[in-house]
Order: sequence, then structure tokens, then C-alpha cells
Amino acid sequence: MVVKDLNLSIRAGEVFGFLGPNGAGKTTTMNVLLGFVNATSGAAFLFGVDVREPIARQRIGYLPELTYYYKFLTAEELLRFYARIFGIPRAEANRRIDQLLKLVELDSARKCPIKNYSKGMQQRVGLAQALINNPELLILDEPTSGLDPLGRMKVREIIQRLKNEGKTVFFSSHELGEVETVCDRVAIINQGELKVEGRVAELVEQHHANLEKIFLNIIGYSPEPAA
Amino acid sequence: MNTVFALAGVVVKELYRRKDFYVLFVLTAVITLVMGSVSFFNDAKIVRYVKEIALLLIWVSALVIAIGTTARQIPAERESRTIFPLLAKPVTRAQVILGKFAGCWLACGLALIVFYLFFGLVSASREHDWPLLNYVQALWLQWMMLGIVIAFVLLGSVVFAAPSSNATIAFVVVIGILLLGSHLNQVALQQPEPLRTIVYALYFLIPHLEWYDVRDFVIYEQHLPGWTDCGLATLYAAVYAALLLWATWLVFRRKPLSV
Repeated sequence: MVVKDLNLSIRAGEVFGFLGPNGAGKTTTMNVLLGFVNATSGAAFLFGVDVREPIARQRIGYLPELTYYYKFLTAEELLRFYARIFGIPRAEANRRIDQLLKLVELDSARKCPIKNYSKGMQQRVGLAQALINNPELLILDEPTSGLDPLGRMKVREIIQRLKNEGKTVFFSSHELGEVETVCDRVAIINQGELKVEGRVAELVEQHHANLEKIFLNIIGYSPEPAA
Repeated sequence: MNTVFALAGVVVKELYRRKDFYVLFVLTAVITLVMGSVSFFNDAKIVRYVKEIALLLIWVSALVIAIGTTARQIPAERESRTIFPLLAKPVTRAQVILGKFAGCWLACGLALIVFYLFFGLVSASREHDWPLLNYVQALWLQWMMLGIVIAFVLLGSVVFAAPSSNATIAFVVVIGILLLGSHLNQVALQQPEPLRTIVYALYFLIPHLEWYDVRDFVIYEQHLPGWTDCGLATLYAAVYAALLLWATWLVFRRKPLSV
């Protein structure tokens, strides 16, 4: 998907929702931001560092959509592995692992192999790995995708707690009700172009509709009139 | 290097938590012990046959472990999407390749130590002899050879879509080199041009894995190659492995991460 002239500004400490229909360019944007693919033109910077430089990813955490972590490892071993990549000293890594496993409510399953985890538990261990380096910016790609209502609620609660801790969260989602609840500001893209960006409350007031109606209106969807 | 070692650690953990290694070791042990317990024609030198069978099984098992483990590394990262959280950290694709290589190579080294310990025990129980240096040298050379094989399979894992096709091709190539590699120059002499040049080029191009096979020296207790030759063989393996890893990086750095 081609993304054209996308310019987003995300403020420190806010939860920013990145919305768009399938194929709109959300994942492409994230892939460019994370250095997975190179932009054909232009450049992307994280904290002033070109995203093509690995060091640009030192201060971010990323949760991809539907990832199946190394099933032969336990949650504790997985987090230790990622901590080692960041060069976190052992004592500090132990402290953070304890703290994160409590945050994502996996403390009791920390010694279980990940292959025995449910989808919701896998997603929560994914959130924990994204937080292992105590990132300033958290990028979440559809964090509640494929989860049951309880799993979704738990992930939403974690995002809310991270927001309260002052973390900046950038996340894409199709769950518009959830976005409305959690996000401070949103951007909606369609066919690679930014259509709207603003505070959720202001958009709702301006369009006299909820976020779902605004979204459908912006992407040009008009329901068939009832016969 | 910290990242490379962290990645390698995960691969080593994978090896000892999967059943592959244990199955191969038990098979090798059972076949060797059964063969060792049988007496053919009251031949006093039967122990040589036992050693030959044990070493052949060790070579086959080591190749199965090396090729099987390496072939699935990068495809599994892409299929389970763990490559995304990994590369979203300050990790380069070159480090991923080096980490996977180091992990598979170390895992094979550990497996070889277990196999050779068993081999040494079986030999010692029959011959009451413990030529430790011979075993160390044989193990070292085999490990170096596996370094080339692992780098080759790693390259295959970023070229071929399925790990099974990569593993099959790798087995055919490795077995082909081990059986025919040293005869290619003689084959070339019997060919008309331009086939002669092509076969000759192939002879000089392929890594000569058969040079690392010193099983006959161990079985017949002949003098193994000198340590200088061992050093040169190590250097030869390092150059080939480095070239193959560089080629892997060239392909992998442009490769889309999604399957």
C-alpha cells in the first residue's frame, strides 16, 4: 500500500489512535516507522534519529498483530531474552520482569512454556516484551485483535494504566468503541492519505456523531437505504 | 555481540527442549550397543566395525541436527511473526543471521560432545584405550565442517520458501560433496570441453567437506592430521562460512518480513 505525504504529530504522554480500513496503509506506516521497510521517498525519524538506524528503536516498544512467541520458552525466559538484547543488567532485568509479569497478570504462569498459553495470554506476554526497555513510545498494532471480550478488556486496562504512567501510546485498531474510550487523539487514513486528525471529543462534537459514524463517513461508506 | 549471543542462546535452548536430539542420540546408542553386543565369527577386531557404525551414525545424526535445526530458524521467525518484535528492537538483520548461525553451530557442538563422549566410552570399554586427542581433533574437524553446512542451510532458508525443500536440497548437496567431492577432478579429466572446465570449476568452487571426515583415522588408530593442518582446515571453513553468511545477508536484507 502506498502512503502519500503522511505527516503525524504525536504528543508526549498521549494515547494516539491510528485508524483506517483494511489496506489503508496503517501497517505500511508502522513498518516504515519501525524500519522494516524503507520508504520509497522521504524519511521517518523517531526521537530525531533516522528509523533505518537500529539505535532509533532503543526507546520504543512494539507489539505486532497476532504473534506466536517462541513456544519452547517460558514468559520469564522470553522477557530475559529481550532484556539481554537491550543490554539491561541482570538485577534490573529481574526487577522489570517481575514488575511486567504482574502488570500483565502472568505472574502465576511465568514458568509455563508459552505453547500452553491462550491467545489472550500470548497477547499480554507480547505487551510485556514491548515494555521491557521501559519505552517512551509504545507502538501497538491492533493489540486486541482476535481476543475475547475479557482479553480485550484486560489489554485495554493495561493501555489505560500505561497512559496513567505517562507513556506515549500509538496504536492501530478496528475496535472504534475501544479507541473512543482509550485514545486522546486519533488520525484516520484511507487509501494512503490522512483524512482527519484531532482530539476524539472535538471530532465527536464537530460531526455530531460517534467515532464509528465519523469513520464510516470519512472512508465514504454510505449504507443502502432500507427498502 | 550481546545480541548475537542472546539470539544464539534461544537456538541452543530450542535444541535441548525439542525431541530431535534425544531421538537421534538414543537411536545411535541403541544401534551401536546392539551391534557391539553381537559377536561375528569370533573376530577379535569386531570393535572396529562397531566404531565404524557408531561414527557413521554420529555423522548422519550431526547432519540431521545441523540441517534440520538451521533450516527452520528464519522461516519459523517469519511464520510465527517473532521477527517483528525482534527487529523492532535495536537489532539488525545481520545480527539475526549471525545469532542464528552461532546458535545452530554451538548447539551442534554440544550435541557432538555428547555423541563423542558416548563413542569414547564404547571404544574404551572394548579396547581399554582412550586416545583423547584423536577424538578431540575428529570432533573439532567435524564441528568446523558443520559450520560450513549451517551457513549453507541458512542461505537456503532465505532463498527457498519451505524449510523442507531447503533441508532436502541441503542433504543432497552435502551428501553429494562428501561422496563425490574428492573425485570431481578425476571426473573432469574424462569429460570433453566445455564440460571439463565446468566440472573443474565446480571442483574448485565447492567447499570440500570430505577433507573434514577423519573417521578412518579414528577407526584404524592412524595418526590424525597435524594441528597445523587442522588450523588450515579451520581457516578454510571460516572463509567458506563467512562467504555464505555474507550471501545470506545480501538476500535477507531486502527480503520482506511477512510470509
